[in-house]
Amino acid sequence: MSTPVKQLEPSLTPPGQIRNFCIIAHIDHGKSTLADRMLQLTGIVSDREMRDQYLDRMDIERERGITIKSQAVRLPWQLDGTAYALNMIDTPGHVDFTYEVSRSLAACEGAVLLVDAAQGIEAQTLANLYLALENDLEIIPVLNKIDLPAAQPEKYAEELASLIGGSPEDCLKVSGKTGQGVKELMDLIVRRVPAPTGNADAPARAMIFDSVYDSYRGVVTYVRMIDGKLNPRDEIQMMSTKAVHELLEIGVISPEPKPSKGLSVGEVGYLITGVKDVRQSKVGDTVTTKRNPAQVALKGYAEPKPMVFSGIYPIDGSDYPNLREALDKLRLSDASLVYEPETSAALGFGFRCGFLGLLHLEIITERLEREFNLSLIATSPSVVYNVTQEDGTQMVVTNPSEYPDGKVKEVQEPMVRATLLTPKDYVGTIMELCQGKRGTMIDMQYLGEDRVQLRYRLPLAEIVFDFFDQLKSKTQGYASLDYEDDGFAPGDLVRVDLLLQGEKVDAFSAIVHKDKAYGHGVRIATKLRELIPRQQFEVPIQAAIGSRVIARETIRAIRKDVLAKCYGGDITRKRKLLEKQKEGKKRMKMVGRVEVPQEAFIAALSTDEKAGKK
Amino acid sequence: MAGPLPIGEKWPESNQLQPQNSANETFHVYVHVPFCTVRCGYCDFNTYTQQEMPGVALAEFHLALIEEIRFSKSVLDASGLSPSGISSIFFGGGTPSLFASKQIKLILDALQSSFGFAPGCEITMEANPESTTAELLSGVREAGVNRLSVGVQSYDPAVLKVLDRQHNAGNINSALGAAKSLDFRTSLDLIYGAPGESYESWQETISRSLELQTDHVSAYSLIVEPGTKLARQISKGELEAVNEDLNADKYEWATEQLEAAGLPWYEVSNFGEIAQHNLAYWQSKNWWGYGPGAHSHIAGNRFWNQKHPARYQQALEAGSPAAGLERLSERQQLEESLMLGLRTKFGVPRKLLSQLDVDPLKVAEQLSLGYLSLHGDQIAVTKQGRLLVDRLVVDFLQ
Repeated sequence: MSTPVKQLEPSLTPPGQIRNFCIIAHIDHGKSTLADRMLQLTGIVSDREMRDQYLDRMDIERERGITIKSQAVRLPWQLDGTAYALNMIDTPGHVDFTYEVSRSLAACEGAVLLVDAAQGIEAQTLANLYLALENDLEIIPVLNKIDLPAAQPEKYAEELASLIGGSPEDCLKVSGKTGQGVKELMDLIVRRVPAPTGNADAPARAMIFDSVYDSYRGVVTYVRMIDGKLNPRDEIQMMSTKAVHELLEIGVISPEPKPSKGLSVGEVGYLITGVKDVRQSKVGDTVTTKRNPAQVALKGYAEPKPMVFSGIYPIDGSDYPNLREALDKLRLSDASLVYEPETSAALGFGFRCGFLGLLHLEIITERLEREFNLSLIATSPSVVYNVTQEDGTQMVVTNPSEYPDGKVKEVQEPMVRATLLTPKDYVGTIMELCQGKRGTMIDMQYLGEDRVQLRYRLPLAEIVFDFFDQLKSKTQGYASLDYEDDGFAPGDLVRVDLLLQGEKVDAFSAIVHKDKAYGHGVRIATKLRELIPRQQFEVPIQAAIGSRVIARETIRAIRKDVLAKCYGGDITRKRKLLEKQKEGKKRMKMVGRVEVPQEAFIAALSTDEKAGKK
Repeated sequence: MAGPLPIGEKWPESNQLQPQNSANETFHVYVHVPFCTVRCGYCDFNTYTQQEMPGVALAEFHLALIEEIRFSKSVLDASGLSPSGISSIFFGGGTPSLFASKQIKLILDALQSSFGFAPGCEITMEANPESTTAELLSGVREAGVNRLSVGVQSYDPAVLKVLDRQHNAGNINSALGAAKSLDFRTSLDLIYGAPGESYESWQETISRSLELQTDHVSAYSLIVEPGTKLARQISKGELEAVNEDLNADKYEWATEQLEAAGLPWYEVSNFGEIAQHNLAYWQSKNWWGYGPGAHSHIAGNRFWNQKHPARYQQALEAGSPAAGLERLSERQQLEESLMLGLRTKFGVPRKLLSQLDVDPLKVAEQLSLGYLSLHGDQIAVTKQGRLLVDRLVVDFLQ
């Protein structure tokens, strides 16, 4: 199916023959599969080399079926006898990665709005569409998966038309799976997406839209040339820090890295400088040359702002230096990960880490455990609180255990403006859920015959905890969610502590709404009674607000832990068991004299619903 | 004997064992009789209810065991580990009382002619109350068996039914009476904690057992072994799960009664006149286990035989019946000493704990909590610590 297309030489491509575009799509709407077809159709990946989701390199991406790191692939194309270079900039599709999306969008002139023809647009896609419109991108609406029996292209074409204007006929219908319509899409990109504009003769300005750490090459920086040209032997300069680096390699991804003779205005490619730390190649920064530096930096991107915080601790205290090293390495590839050392009375030395959201937290802890072979405990996620104490002093609390003991005058908690899209049958369910999560409705509108958009103002803390899971389970996966920062609002909040044997365990402290404190205390205490194994002594568990105990459970002392019969072959069996048990103990964390299994810390994350199901 | 065989190295082709320590230990013998008339629901021992399998017959099985005795003699001699007499012999199973007394005699003769008996050699046979006839008892007594371990388990018919045992209180009493009249030392095996067994039921079992004036009692808390019928019944909810707290109560009550009756505690589950054979296991003496699936320990080598009787016999004919072997490192031997020694009233030498780098603070904590006590250079569990031995060992070795 592939016909090799004439490839334009990077660095010598006139801007008029360049198209920079991205694909905006919800998870599972088939973006990676469509990208696979484009790679094949343009002939840069042969049918023999093809594998599913070619561009999703990392194991973890492939397994979860989502794209975390953006990529920029140069695709050759030909239309009406003219050769073009199309740069496809991949964008992540999850609510946690809005920031990365915004960077990718800023590197493009057009966006393919890809929507599953059987499902319609989702809230996240709507949000990204909005960002794309704000960036003045040309939008190409496309319905994917039209090969599916459940596809309703006419219905959703109408929905898309009502969202972006225009007529339903403008909506292209494709199938990433069969390849139907993909060629037409490529043609349309060339016709509709504006060519990049920029001053070829001005001093070089390149915008960093992504920075990836590669263990062999060091930091690989993805840039979009705005003005001028970068050449292989240039000494480049970061405009924010004035740091100068020698350019070791410059090139384009097609779809493997290919060194080029430079990048000229409008082009998208990568730079390698031998720098090992992504912080020296900061996303949002402008790259220029030392020889002929630009005077004005490009408008900076918003720095990633952590929304969710969690303490990450090694189970084995001696792993602390390894955890530090692992975080340092991950930060090389993840500009949005922030952390600083933290000490917990219960858990010892660890790090307070800031994440873009819960999924980001999960991905990072999973990568730390998998790639660095660490056994970790992540404490219950928390948001940032602005606390004003009685005496008027202000403090910022990212860790519940820092929440002041004494009276507080006011607590401000971060709010979000959430957009929920749902089939109309679930409106009641969603309203109930949002009310339970302390939400106030902003408005509600019908997007078509049976699709409704609900907008709520909600405390972020309620969203990061388990909102998304509950939303999905209560609507059979039909509703979708997106949210954006909506400032701070005062909240009636208290800190609930957990005590084991009368000792406060800081890792279990949580800041919750006053009305939910009792339920929270009971739930955690019960959960811990189930999860902490019986010890040689009785372990009282208490949940308390200040000195007031709101829930109490007791783990009775174990009375019998011995094998009744130990003769002959039992001895070998018993010794092998003993060796295993010694290993098992390593998964336990000593909190005072109490052995607490890793699951107990994880369970603090789980929800009432999940606990109820058990 | 329970559970699948471990994974080990191959039995050495030289048929020689390398001593892994320099201890000059006494020599003990276990003989496994892998036949039963009925398989009990809780049992995962290596036993078979058919008395005829292809190439294997109960009536002939002693011949295979005698063949292994010859084999062991040549291995021990060639390895420079020839014992100077056997200190104890134990016929277990399965159901050894299914053997004819003639078979027991032939095995004992083979053992005596190969190794000789040390003075006071303790020779025990396990017996089920229902298959123990006066005729068999006098026959094996004459052959040299001097101790009888009777599988009483319980006096409660409901419990015996749950355990699939075939006997009743009448069998028990007559078997014990016959044994005593033939001047056997006697031991009773009891099981507590079977699903449905009440505290009172267990009290009754202990009281009635004590009426029999036995020299020794083994009181085992029921172990629900994976893969047994009992385990399936419990997981299906047909029988209630084991309640270890209730078992602890039962254990404590039994301990009081047994000790008051002149049967002092000496190992987690054992009371009364110390069984030399049992002690051999807990003190890592040298012992050879004969028969299918039997395990042996000789000078820091642990090895075990093919499990199925037919495979055992084939392997024996081809050379060695062993299915695998492990050589214990010095560290493993020390860990075993702790794991086993702490089960007994003798405890372990303090020195062992320091050799194992056990944190003295951990030991001190257990002493202060009253789970351990100090007797000169030995450290042993207290009454309070008897049921927590395994936990203490894991804690110390962590």
